[in-house]
Amino acid sequence: MKVLVAVKRVIDYNVKVRVKPDNTGVDLANVKMAMNPFCEIAVEEAVRLKEKGVASEIVVVSIGPKACQEQIRTALALGADRGIHIETDEEVQSLEAAKLLKSVVEKEEPKLVILGKQSIDSDNNQTGQMLAALTGMGQGTFASEVVVEGEKVNVTREVDGGLMTVALNLPAVVTTDLRLNEPRYASLPNIMKAKKKPLDAMTPADLGVELAPRLSTLKVEAPASRQAGVKVADVAELVDKLKNEAKVI
Amino acid sequence: MSILVIAEHDNSELKQATLNVVAAAKAIGGDIDVLVAGENCGAVGEAAAKAEGVNKVLVADNAAYGHFLGENLGELVAEVGKGYSHILAAAGTTGKDFMPRVAALLDVAQVSDIMRVESEDTFVRPIYAGNAIATVKSADSIKVITVRPTAFDPVAGEGGSASVEQLDVVKDAGLSTFVGEELAKSDRPDLGSAGIVVSGGRGMQNGDNFKMLEQVADLMGAAVGASRAAVDAGFVPNDMQVGQTGKIVAPQLYIAVGISGAIQHLAGMSDSKVIVAINKDEEAPIFQVADYGLVADLFEAVPQLEEELKKVL
Ligand SMILES: Cc1cc2nc3c(=O)[nH]c(=O)nc-3n(C[C@H](O)[C@H](O)[C@H](O)COP(=O)(O)OP(=O)(O)OC[C@H]3O[C@@H](n4cnc5c(N)ncnc54)[C@H](O)[C@@H]3O)c2cc1C
Repeated sequence: MKVLVAVKRVIDYNVKVRVKPDNTGVDLANVKMAMNPFCEIAVEEAVRLKEKGVASEIVVVSIGPKACQEQIRTALALGADRGIHIETDEEVQSLEAAKLLKSVVEKEEPKLVILGKQSIDSDNNQTGQMLAALTGMGQGTFASEVVVEGEKVNVTREVDGGLMTVALNLPAVVTTDLRLNEPRYASLPNIMKAKKKPLDAMTPADLGVELAPRLSTLKVEAPASRQAGVKVADVAELVDKLKNEAKVI
Repeated sequence: MSILVIAEHDNSELKQATLNVVAAAKAIGGDIDVLVAGENCGAVGEAAAKAEGVNKVLVADNAAYGHFLGENLGELVAEVGKGYSHILAAAGTTGKDFMPRVAALLDVAQVSDIMRVESEDTFVRPIYAGNAIATVKSADSIKVITVRPTAFDPVAGEGGSASVEQLDVVKDAGLSTFVGEELAKSDRPDLGSAGIVVSGGRGMQNGDNFKMLEQVADLMGAAVGASRAAVDAGFVPNDMQVGQTGKIVAPQLYIAVGISGAIQHLAGMSDSKVIVAINKDEEAPIFQVADYGLVADLFEAVPQLEEELKKVL
């Protein structure tokens, strides 16, 4: 079966984020960018499905500026077979991303679409569910285990109360949580090989999708900073402060 | 304006998060209806009717909603919500699952995890793990919103007298079925709404050592949480993870034990009123946000903490 994986280029998770002085956004100039960690988990899961003989082909898609091709190449080096780049320099919001992915799904007809549950920049946690709704597919969100059995996929989900397993008809959408797998690193020979794998570029217009953002960001500010407090000498002093100064116990 | 709040519950009890979401709805202003979708959830409907500020409770009681499957809830809420200006749900794993589906079915954007209401169309929400706070304006006619419960003081759960109406809308998308669940059983308070949280990190070394934290927690009526590292290592289950991609907590007192204070962890607890850090590394970033820091080996400090607490509590 064919698996489609969507990946997003985001700020590297180790980078300290700074808000721009004019409050229009965060400063991304000369900042290290990387594949969103949840998308790495999505790619890894697809590769494991291929290694198990469940998946036959892995197509990886990314939406965004030219530079996204770096993340597509990374996915190809990790084991994806071919890439699709939907190129745009405009801001793409979740609903629009879902519409773009829907048209890719209609063309490619994958049995399984795997996405990260959220991107660590906008922290929205929306695109996979929106794609599932637009394509009329079931969704296994926040997955910690994915088992394909015949025409169904069983997805164990990380939920507030613990774990929950659902069975979805295929084709289906899965969004990854942290415990699904531990992504591998790309080897040098595979990075070289990935350069020769096919990568198609297209625009939102090619897919018949007009970008029409519904949300506008009025301002972006730094969070209220917490003052570092005091160091206490021992546990007795700690308990005394909690009881008599902070009055929280 | 008319606002539809989707109740968070387990078919028998209304979860407190619903009262926080109603508070967010009140901040927007307008008539507030609550939709209770579930199976044999009549008692939840009665409880929701008592919440302060609620106009009407709609109960959709059907096996299709018993396990809160996103496909079915998505269709139901999109149908019922069409007539409202705002649809709100708590940003827990249930709301995060079905609400984007609702938004897509209505062809509108979703505003996730709001922390503040500026006006009927403008909301404040964290981005980049809370390292930046965005003010976002929605141009959609129906605003689909998930709410960070800890950011809104709950309305009173008693005193209201809303009418309760049964809804006869059955939406079974036929795309998914419930197979099973493994729910954590605990007599401790719910992590998301506990007044005190004691969390352990990689420094705890194993799951058994979490018993030390549980003993301290039980003395104070606290919930127990964890860092991602502690969950990944298998010390404790995933539902205990606090952080950017886990649970958001904002208790009166948060005690971080053997946790370094990575930004992804801070994103989940930095709105706590008082933060205590116990860590043997005085350079650990957690000390930059802690009101009270104790540089110590946790294996000595935590048993001492238990003894000291016994003296004063
Ligand atoms: C996409 C993504 C999402 C993430 N989401 C989350 C999230 O939601 N929540 C989260 O917590 N993390 C999250 N993380 C992980 C985060 O980056 C950190 O790796 C994690 O929080 C570290 O956990 P820790 O502090 O327990 O472990 P460490 O960073 O290893 O710190 C352990 C601490 O314990 C101290 N210690 C060790 N032994 C003792 C002792 N005997 N006595 C006292 N102190 C001791 C050490 O000094 C150290 O400071 C995420 C990461 C990514 C990439």
